[in-house]
Amino acid sequence: MPKSYRDGLPITPDKFVDQLMRLKRGSISRRDFLGLTGLGVATAVMARELGIMPTQAFAAENLGDRMSIATWPNYHDPQTFENFKADTGVAVEVNVFGSNEEMLAKLQAGGSGWSLFVPTNYTISTYKKLGIIEALDMAKLGNFDGKSEDSRFTAEGTIDGTIYAVPKNWGTTGFAVNTKKLTKPMSSWKEFWDTAMAEGDGRAMVHDYQLTTIGNALKYHGYSFNSLKQDELAKAEELLLKVKPHLFAVSSDYQPGMRAGDAWMTMCWTNDGAQLHRDIPEIAYVLGKEGGEIWTDFYAIPKDAPNKPAGYALLNYLMNPKVAVKEHLANGAPSTDARVNALLPKEVLDNPILYPAADLLKPLEFGAAATLTDPGRAELMARFKSA
Amino acid sequence: MSAGSQPALSMRGSLFRKNFITALLLAPAALWLVVFLVLPFVAIAIFSVGERAPEGGYQAALTFAQYANLPARATAFWNTMVLAPAGALACLLVAYPVAYYLALRAPDRWRLILLALIVIPFWTSLLMRTYAWMYILGGRGIPALLAYVGIEDLRLINTPGAVLLGIVYGYLPLMILPIYVSLERLDRRLLEASADLGATPLSTFLGVTLRLSLPGVMTGFSLVMILLLGEYLIPTLLGGGKVFFIGNALVDLFLQSRNWPFGSAIAITLVLVSVVVLTVANRISTRLSGARRVDLI
Repeated sequence: MPKSYRDGLPITPDKFVDQLMRLKRGSISRRDFLGLTGLGVATAVMARELGIMPTQAFAAENLGDRMSIATWPNYHDPQTFENFKADTGVAVEVNVFGSNEEMLAKLQAGGSGWSLFVPTNYTISTYKKLGIIEALDMAKLGNFDGKSEDSRFTAEGTIDGTIYAVPKNWGTTGFAVNTKKLTKPMSSWKEFWDTAMAEGDGRAMVHDYQLTTIGNALKYHGYSFNSLKQDELAKAEELLLKVKPHLFAVSSDYQPGMRAGDAWMTMCWTNDGAQLHRDIPEIAYVLGKEGGEIWTDFYAIPKDAPNKPAGYALLNYLMNPKVAVKEHLANGAPSTDARVNALLPKEVLDNPILYPAADLLKPLEFGAAATLTDPGRAELMARFKSA
Repeated sequence: MSAGSQPALSMRGSLFRKNFITALLLAPAALWLVVFLVLPFVAIAIFSVGERAPEGGYQAALTFAQYANLPARATAFWNTMVLAPAGALACLLVAYPVAYYLALRAPDRWRLILLALIVIPFWTSLLMRTYAWMYILGGRGIPALLAYVGIEDLRLINTPGAVLLGIVYGYLPLMILPIYVSLERLDRRLLEASADLGATPLSTFLGVTLRLSLPGVMTGFSLVMILLLGEYLIPTLLGGGKVFFIGNALVDLFLQSRNWPFGSAIAITLVLVSVVVLTVANRISTRLSGARRVDLI
């Protein structure tokens, strides 16, 4: 659902009058006035929608005053966009998504209107194959430094030597447990699934996402997270169908349930785990010792981006370590950039949820493009959900 | 001869003018329907005989494989075919007494206010109202209050009861209003006549009131049922996504696995099934209410 982060931040009447007087005195330009008061965005939107002012009217170097980004929930510091607007006059509309497939479906249908978006590692090769994303013009991204990036996390943004996407942050997929309700210590996916059918009956959640739900069910038997083998998927399906009646929910929106105490255990991404643990200390984040998923989210620019100059400008802005560090503090996901890590406080770097021990990271697998688009896994998920 | 043909010609002229004006008045609606209903339907029909492209989406083909694959969503169809009438029936049981009170018992000066109170929540989006229920039924809502009186760890959210509650709450006005309209038109002298002829209140209700309000009941029932056939929001939010309806299957096929052709085949089938179900419902109601035609509001 498109929603501007500015919705809750209108200009105050005092400020408005103040700016109006400055405009009258001629100490600010009309453009600044429109930008500062938010009227500019409204006018630009109206003009564009009504066809009064075609987008082509912007000069090549003009950033315009509006752009749109597609990203994930609770993933940015709202102040970042506020500051970007103050620096460049470009208002950023934030579209929040629930899954990579939804993003892909929107982009495939065309006319998404996004000038920047945040795809996960396993989708980039598909986007490239479909010709939906730009090969990035690195000359416009002076703040990006490939040498300071951990190559384990950047690899999938580069295809045949061309950079199509640059990393935002990385993370893992484990599970969150309310340790006051489920006191037995857990350290594996086997325990997750077994507990869901015993002490955690009616209180466990799995993602509404085939990649992780099927992947972590495969882990119960020690198979690969990305397995496409018929017999292994059949075993995973058997487990999922057995667990289904015991589940609290099949949903990727697990924070409300965990916070309200309705759910006691859920599949969970790093940043959600960090946020839950920060606010409710008894919620622990566990990585299955059998392995599971490790991921990187990237920034990419769609080929049909309506405002590419602003897309590049915002991306370059976000690659500035001083900006990025605030983003990481806000969303709680670990950074891929050594320059950002150098700026992060020690307690963040020492947080085992964000930066787990090396031996826990080792067995983790990146999700594969084939895993995501496999029709067999999609049908398995449908059978699980309709069971 | 010529004198006789003159009025005929002008009559033909005025008839032509009348038809022209009628056509002109109907044009916007017709254009709207063609662009936003017929064309998309044709597109969906074409998609449904295509194939899923390797990366998802649609790839041109001429195959009925998608329709042959329909049994893969049989459970979802079955769940929907149970939910839609059951939900409409639950709505009816709650709505009828309310409509009855409004039409026949409520004091005149209260009637308008009460009707407004029923309609006003409709001004807020169903999504918002369903989210509100998520918090009311969630652990910090009613269960937290019950914990004070000693009932611990009660779970209300993500249960079939929560889904039923959400459905009844969400669609109640659509059921109340048509029943109210048909009860309001009820000729009270019929009730008096029935009583004069020695009928008990119960048999008067069954034989006169209920029977005469049947068109309203069937209108409300069909309205709620049509909407429930495509419902996916309430089961997702209040049922925890554990109950899978055909609406959920469609969302997943278009937005998750991006199997547009299969999704299209299901959509077409759903439309056909809905038409059949409604035709049957209409036949039954026409027969029950004594050959009177049922109009949708």
